[in-house]
Amino acid sequence: MIAKIVRFFGDEEHAKRRRKLLYAILLVVVAADFLVPREHGDFFWDDLPGWGAFYGFISCGLIVYVSKFLGHQGGLMVDEDHYD
Amino acid sequence: MIEWVHPGLLFIFGAFLITLLKGRARQAFLLLVPVLAIFAVASMSPGDYGNVTFTGRDLVFGHVDKLSIVFAWVFTIMSLIGMVYAFHVKEPGEHVAAFLYVGGSLGVVFAGDYFTLFMFWESMAFSSAYLVFARNRPRSVRAGYRYLLVHVTGGVFLMAGIVLNYLHTGSFVFGAVDPDSTGYYLIMTGFILNAAVPPLNAWLTDAYPEATVTGAVFMCAFTTKTAVYVLVRGFPGAEILIWLGVFMALYGVVYAVMENDARRLLAYHIVSQVGYMVAGVGIGTELALNGSTSHAFSHIIYKALLFMGAGAVIYMTGRSKLTELGGIYRTMPVTVCLYMIGAFAISAFPLFSGFVSKSMVIAAASGDNLATATLLLTMASSGTFLHTGLKLPYYMFFGKDSGLRPKEPPLNMLIAMGMAAFLCIAIGVYPAPLYDLLPYAVDFEPYTSAHVTVSLGILMFTLLGFVWFLKDLDPENTISLDTDWFYRKGAKAFMWLARGPVASYEAVVAELANTVVLRSLFATARRGLWADINIVDAIVNGVASTIMGWGSTLRKMQTGTLTHYAVAMAAGIVISILVFSLRAM
Repeated sequence: MIAKIVRFFGDEEHAKRRRKLLYAILLVVVAADFLVPREHGDFFWDDLPGWGAFYGFISCGLIVYVSKFLGHQGGLMVDEDHYD
Repeated sequence: MIEWVHPGLLFIFGAFLITLLKGRARQAFLLLVPVLAIFAVASMSPGDYGNVTFTGRDLVFGHVDKLSIVFAWVFTIMSLIGMVYAFHVKEPGEHVAAFLYVGGSLGVVFAGDYFTLFMFWESMAFSSAYLVFARNRPRSVRAGYRYLLVHVTGGVFLMAGIVLNYLHTGSFVFGAVDPDSTGYYLIMTGFILNAAVPPLNAWLTDAYPEATVTGAVFMCAFTTKTAVYVLVRGFPGAEILIWLGVFMALYGVVYAVMENDARRLLAYHIVSQVGYMVAGVGIGTELALNGSTSHAFSHIIYKALLFMGAGAVIYMTGRSKLTELGGIYRTMPVTVCLYMIGAFAISAFPLFSGFVSKSMVIAAASGDNLATATLLLTMASSGTFLHTGLKLPYYMFFGKDSGLRPKEPPLNMLIAMGMAAFLCIAIGVYPAPLYDLLPYAVDFEPYTSAHVTVSLGILMFTLLGFVWFLKDLDPENTISLDTDWFYRKGAKAFMWLARGPVASYEAVVAELANTVVLRSLFATARRGLWADINIVDAIVNGVASTIMGWGSTLRKMQTGTLTHYAVAMAAGIVISILVFSLRAM
């Protein structure tokens, strides 16, 4: 059972079904965020439905590209024998 | 009936017994002590115990309140999980070090005064360094020395702060530090060094990945969280900690993108997660301090689970670089599942432990109207899932097939991971028992429908970003420069200076000394000898004969009767007491 679930996420043959599942989940998550009741929040974005999805995606992109930029252009990533 | 048993002393005395026992008896003992310690914590009630007077100071070994009890709970539970994970290790030294390390952490948690705190604080540094040395590779030994040197330096800061604080307050009692005290920032520096706050973070990410597989599991739990404990007690509401915490939450995330070593990536996420706790201390409200405490509790369990998962892979494959791993999900599915439970917990998925603790800190920031802190801490949550929940498992277990087909790790390792996984889910599903342990009454409901959907939005769209940006996330065969660069390169420069310019300078000076200086010295010495014989000796002989004269006069004053001496001594004592008491007035 465990092995089956893990294989679903690993094996190449399930790639298409994984993709479909992901988009279905994303749709449900955004739809749910529009439907749930909201109390008035501390900040303006707390009242915007879909904020989590938007901010999560932006954060992910920023983290990946800013870090890689710092690593490559900022000179933080160096050869493994740097200290030898 | 014994009133109070110090769980830390159980470990410290237990450490000495480990070497005397062998085989099954030793293994049973390794589990027995943590179980006894858990019972000791369970039967504890608030109060001050174990007061000892030492060189005129009151040492408090057992200052017990809700804050110390909740940390003692998680430390003792973690010690049991760690011992199950290390159950197969034959070498007694590692177990002794782990016991002393756990004992030291518990010693700090119950310390009521700075002396006791400092003693256990330093013992933690030395015992944990052994867990790095025990890996027995040249890299580990070097990392171990760096680790030790940094901690000893931190200890000096702490000691200086304690002394200055004593001069200010006249007390060694450990509590909230007075911001007007000159020792304030020195004590804080000592504490935040152990919390791995950048730029004082590099000891952690340098040494933890070089420790033994089982040792790293202990290390990731105790040092930083003991530091969080002392910060909660000593510096609640210190505003600078909010920004240091937010900075470190993102700092760890940025470095995790660049990292190729599995356990070093996880180590950077310790920095990131402890950032939430440090920020919570800085915010300083009851909700924030509860958040820091509960997040430390969940963090210890899920981070240990992640280290155990990565450790299991290293143990079975001998590899730790993501570029050399991949495709092993086929033969290690149980490890994958258990690891992923830890990954969901650290990422704060609903129904996992991180969700009920991390959100407290963010809610506290939001409630205090700290918009920037709230946004940046939320951004770091996305990074947490991106790395520990997606990048690391993807490249370690899935991804490009490395051709390796390792078996599942030994049963004891899987059981330990299972225990931690159980707690990650149990706390997430039913947080009430954890909330009851927190230092302040909890008025916080994590499971509101909007909180669940917003969190899922952040997490699932991070997943979408991961899928879309995957090509740009590939790990590379590099290491990342961190603040350890300064002392690693600094030490090299120092050695170059010592071997090069200083050594040649020394040679020149020696040559000069042999030729010019020594000759003139001989001449001076000869003149000195003449002066010594003819002048100094004459003076000394004169002084001596004078003193001998005084001596014979004194001898005449001695009566040889004991009572006379006794009277003289008594008179001396009375005079001394009078003089001192007059001065005291």
